Amino acid sequence: MNPATPSTSPLPLWKRICDTTGLPVCRDAELFIKLNAVCAVVFLLVGGIGALLLALTRWQTVHLLPVEWFYRIVTLHGLNMLIFWILFFEVAILYFAGTTLLNARLYSRKVAWVAFGMMLVGALLVDVVILVGQADVMMTSYLPLLAHPLFYLGIILVAVGTLTGVFNYFATIWQAKRQRTYEGSVPLVVFGATAAAIIAVVTLLHGAIVMIPTFLHSLGLIAQPDPIWYRLIWWGLGHQSQQVNVCAMVSCWYLIGNITTGAKALNETVCRGAFVLYILFINLASAHHLLVDPGVSATWKIWNTSYAMYLAVLASMIHGFTVPASIEVAMRNKGYTKGLFGWLTNAPWQNPAFSGSFLSMCIFGFIGGITGVTLGTQQINIIAHNTLRITGHFHATVVGGTTLAFMALTYYVVPLLFRKDFIFRPLARIQPYLFAGGILLLSLGMSFAGSLGVARRSWDIEATGSVHGPSAHLFLAVLGLGGILAFASLLLFVLLTVGTLLFGKSNVGRAMVDWGTPKTLSDAGGHGHGGEVVSGGARAVSPSGEAAHDTRGTLVLALVFLASFAVYYFANWKALADVWPVR
Amino acid sequence: MSIHSPAADWFKAPTGHERLWIGLAVGWCIVLSLMMPYWHFKGKQNSSGETYRTTPEEFQARVEKFSEANAPGTRDNFAEGLNVEVPAPPGDIYLIAKQYFWYPILKLRAGETYRVHMSSVDFQHGFSLQPMNMNFQVIPGYDHVLTLTPQAPGIYPIVCNEFCGVGHHTMVGKIIVE
Repeated sequence: MNPATPSTSPLPLWKRICDTTGLPVCRDAELFIKLNAVCAVVFLLVGGIGALLLALTRWQTVHLLPVEWFYRIVTLHGLNMLIFWILFFEVAILYFAGTTLLNARLYSRKVAWVAFGMMLVGALLVDVVILVGQADVMMTSYLPLLAHPLFYLGIILVAVGTLTGVFNYFATIWQAKRQRTYEGSVPLVVFGATAAAIIAVVTLLHGAIVMIPTFLHSLGLIAQPDPIWYRLIWWGLGHQSQQVNVCAMVSCWYLIGNITTGAKALNETVCRGAFVLYILFINLASAHHLLVDPGVSATWKIWNTSYAMYLAVLASMIHGFTVPASIEVAMRNKGYTKGLFGWLTNAPWQNPAFSGSFLSMCIFGFIGGITGVTLGTQQINIIAHNTLRITGHFHATVVGGTTLAFMALTYYVVPLLFRKDFIFRPLARIQPYLFAGGILLLSLGMSFAGSLGVARRSWDIEATGSVHGPSAHLFLAVLGLGGILAFASLLLFVLLTVGTLLFGKSNVGRAMVDWGTPKTLSDAGGHGHGGEVVSGGARAVSPSGEAAHDTRGTLVLALVFLASFAVYYFANWKALADVWPVR
Repeated sequence: MSIHSPAADWFKAPTGHERLWIGLAVGWCIVLSLMMPYWHFKGKQNSSGETYRTTPEEFQARVEKFSEANAPGTRDNFAEGLNVEVPAPPGDIYLIAKQYFWYPILKLRAGETYRVHMSSVDFQHGFSLQPMNMNFQVIPGYDHVLTLTPQAPGIYPIVCNEFCGVGHHTMVGKIIVE
């Protein structure tokens, strides 16, 4: 890689200045961001191939995989998508946020190598053990089901490796603070990334607490841990790790909003406060998996899913407002003031980072969020537990939300860090829409099939005669078609990314080719941005000089959201009231 | 800027639409919080989690005793993996989950209330009563009691919806309501 040091100021050797944004890039961090991002995309592809096979099997008319392979691939798909792809990408985000945004140097190369090595070895170990048929236990591996000891060892390695990477991040921001590489408070994106890192520590400790005894048990060294204890602690890993995603995803929304439209938080206190709510209260989400379990009382279930849990819901509702509101204000200040939604219709929808990020927000909020809160309601869980409604929910949060946001960010990561401009740009522009459409179909197909009673993780719903009617089969077909579309656009994403790394035109020494960022209209008083240059820190100033806070459009969207939420929530209470009395 | 350090005076209360939205969201979260205790006392469908410790051997003995008492001559059917129809009197009744069947076939009467004891003798299973789509977890070592009141006559399949092995999808039992 050629150094791009500007001739004007002598730069220390450990960093370079980004040709596009003018931000400093730590070379060590850059290396590990690249390594982690590449691994993330490889695991995404592995999980994605699994996804296609599963979708084509659950679509009962196609019913592709043989039975052993179906359950094997469910296990593989879950771990690669929910754990490996996400964790590798998150470590990359942490290294980015801790160095570039704080003008700081990565704390330790060695620690980063150790973390990366452990994660990679662990992940490969898990995948190999699954593929040779020694771990057909699903991602959750509920006791007394037992896999080969190397399966648990692999997961422990990934968890400890990730913890090591997170430690490197904390050390990096601590060192930056000591060396005063930045002034005042850390930027919002760093704050969000730090929230994600703190939750990750709590999450991974749960993983260690539950996986180490299970590993020892699989070796025959200790007696079997209690299955309910296992469920409770395992979900401290399984659900909370997804809240790490939520934090990282929301940070991506803020970051991309800023890069593409110049949006800045209306009120830093509100945004940061919402992240603090995640840190404090999201750990209770573990209880959502035990709502129809024996061994825990109704009081325990209600207590742990109401009070503070809803403060974490509140946090998401706040971010869901502040992100589009900040975009609205930025766009209005650029002169896009027409009507309620002129700011939105003029947003850079041709920019895949913007469209991916905004679609991620919509799918996460309207589908994932609303279904999640409703299904996590203690009594409503009776008509949802372990059906496809659950997978319908979390494919909207984790795939439509987090994965799409991470894809969106990649459209800047590759040009800015790998310093190659994307190939086949028109295809890249439509990729987020195809993926969002596929996931939407997949998620809705799952949700409706689940409402009709179709179980998740089941190879054949008619193995013993007809339990479910033709409409269940219709929705399974919708699931299958959505899966095909989502996989096709995932493959497109991987091909575009890898193709760009191999064949993309280098942009070293110049700004990246712009994906499209809205110009400031001349009558708004500002000066136009060069269409060819990404507006890394677009200065959004209204004619009066002071940013006006007109967020009517966002408020209307938010009210539509609240109304949808209420309708879905109470419709579910009505559905529950129709089933047999039980207590 | 989200990627730059904020101005030193960033700590301030929200205003305008943002404040309005936070107020609405807090109000909604309070509604969400109150609905569960409300339904616990006023609603008819709850998961009380009534549970007793048991062991696979002890629970299996109780199930066999129950089915023998109500359907004489069925003592050995569980061991042979054969299902039998057991006319169940209101009160304590038993359902056992095992790779890959539910035992026995319970014959219940609409409008009567039963205390259904459920447990597993091997792995975790999922009790999923169709077509109402009522779902509860079944875990070995725990006797999970559902106090259930069937509403209408019919044949109701019990699907297993917790993965329990390669034959998981074939694990379908039934409850007959007369």
